[in-house]
Amino acid sequence: MPFGTQRIRELTGLVRDPAQLARHARSNIELWASLFIIGWAIAFMFWQGVGFAIIIGTVFAIWAILSVSLNLIVGYTGLLSVGHVGFFGIGAYTMAVLTSNPAYEQLRTEAIPTFGWPFFAVLPICAVLAGLAAVLVGVVFNRFRDDIFVLASFGFAIISFNVFLNLRPVTRGAFGIHEIARPQIGGWLFDGELEFLLLCLVFLALVMLVSWFIVSSSFGRVLTAIREDEQAIEVFGYKATHYKLAVWVISAMMAGIAGGLFASWTTFIDPNSFILLESVLMVSIVILGGLATIWGSLLGAMAFVLLEEGMRFIPYLPAEYIGQARQAALGIMLVLLMLFRPQGLVGRYRL
Amino acid sequence: MTSTQSDHTDYALETEAISKHFGAVRAVDELSLSIPRQGTTSIVGPNGSGKSTLVNLLSGVLPLDGGMVIIDGEGLRVVKAYETPDHGLTRTFQEVRLFDQITVWDNIMVVLTERRLFPSLFERTRPSTRQKAQSILEQVGMWEKRDSLAQELSYGQRKLLEIGRALAMNVQTYLLDEPFAGLFPQMLERVKDIMKQMREDGSTIVFVSHNMEIVRELSDRIIVLDSGALLAAGDVEPVLNSEEVIEAYLGA
Repeated sequence: MPFGTQRIRELTGLVRDPAQLARHARSNIELWASLFIIGWAIAFMFWQGVGFAIIIGTVFAIWAILSVSLNLIVGYTGLLSVGHVGFFGIGAYTMAVLTSNPAYEQLRTEAIPTFGWPFFAVLPICAVLAGLAAVLVGVVFNRFRDDIFVLASFGFAIISFNVFLNLRPVTRGAFGIHEIARPQIGGWLFDGELEFLLLCLVFLALVMLVSWFIVSSSFGRVLTAIREDEQAIEVFGYKATHYKLAVWVISAMMAGIAGGLFASWTTFIDPNSFILLESVLMVSIVILGGLATIWGSLLGAMAFVLLEEGMRFIPYLPAEYIGQARQAALGIMLVLLMLFRPQGLVGRYRL
Repeated sequence: MTSTQSDHTDYALETEAISKHFGAVRAVDELSLSIPRQGTTSIVGPNGSGKSTLVNLLSGVLPLDGGMVIIDGEGLRVVKAYETPDHGLTRTFQEVRLFDQITVWDNIMVVLTERRLFPSLFERTRPSTRQKAQSILEQVGMWEKRDSLAQELSYGQRKLLEIGRALAMNVQTYLLDEPFAGLFPQMLERVKDIMKQMREDGSTIVFVSHNMEIVRELSDRIIVLDSGALLAAGDVEPVLNSEEVIEAYLGA
């Protein structure tokens, strides 16, 4: 915001006048949406106990990293990508392969190369490899825009899934890779769930910080202009393709980090974790929370995780339907959102 | 400036036999013209005579099918849109093309900031840039509206903001594509005042218009196009009174 002092004066004015504050709050859907979801999360934590909340928190942190990073592309730059899962998968497989330990059973049935590198050495490599893949893909994708771009990114999601499935000397194909190492600093192993949650939250904070740094810079303003009219911004001296490629790579690197965390957390990955549906869910979260808002992506990820995990506690719902019910609920939520609040929970912009 | 370029510096813009075809339609056909530095030049012509296509070719929004554009003495067979500001050229669009879902303020700020990719990541708004944006917004009377989204503005305000955005570029040559179309008299006067001010500041203004009254009032020179070719060019009154121009407008 260019006029900080004015905004502060507005807010202090609100605080002094309770009636105005109430009026302001009542009409403020963003505030209510935020409060509702945070309240929901806290209620859930008390209901199911702290242990479960820690697990949910970790799932949330990983989804939040993915959606905050995807929002850079979809929300700020206006490139609707359903290929984000590809970079997530590259990060996850990098972590799985590079930390693989020769002591494990998996290497007898379907051998993959073993490295046994420590987690913290591999995590930057996850980001770098995802970034390199993004450079290659992005150079091609820069030719496309709008609906053709969606199709191309769809193609990338399919291709990356098939690479994970069929590149068996590296990924073990459908067998998946298990016994993926947990992070370790010296003798301190992050085998507790709480420690891992904190680690994920640290990386989430980092990703948010970098995203905020990008979107509040002149660079970020150019991204939003590209979203609105790519040809027009070129007339004013900006080479849009360079900006698009840069943010695409940065976003992919964040997804790579999420992948590394995810692989280490579940300790088992197979190609089914990186199907197109996951990408569609990421886009849904971004739209649910609101385009071009970091806070919205957090809320969206939180709402999604609560919805997904909360489903299993609905009484009388047979266990075999839970999976479908989650997706149905998310679908209904998205349709309602598009009908009544197309800018998402806290967003200002529309796709 | 090299010696070969100095021959051309009298002209802000020249074209040498430029062409643009859309299928069988020759929107611009082997068109050669020159627009001197400073002053106001208007481009007129019947509908479909290639005025907007010409502006799009000069600004690199459409690729040339043939010929050469000479901007400020530099011959270009391919005009890249993102390089036009370096040649001292900017434009407005016939159908207003603002960045709709960002604020009025950001619409101006975005053309004032760093062009290089990496430094732009580390650039925060500087007070001097902020002041510049404020003065531009005040000049086009949009300061009060700075926090609205561009899409929330009225048609006339959008037109004005687009001119403000071009002004913020602070270049030598401005191509204004139909700056007066669809404006109420009050807005029209404002745009006229802005253009007169630009002319006084020594800028080169090229504008497309259908309004002959305004063309007569503002132009130092006039270029008449018909079917993508040059029909007449020169001082306003002789050109507008010449037989072929009258025939092109009234005859056929």
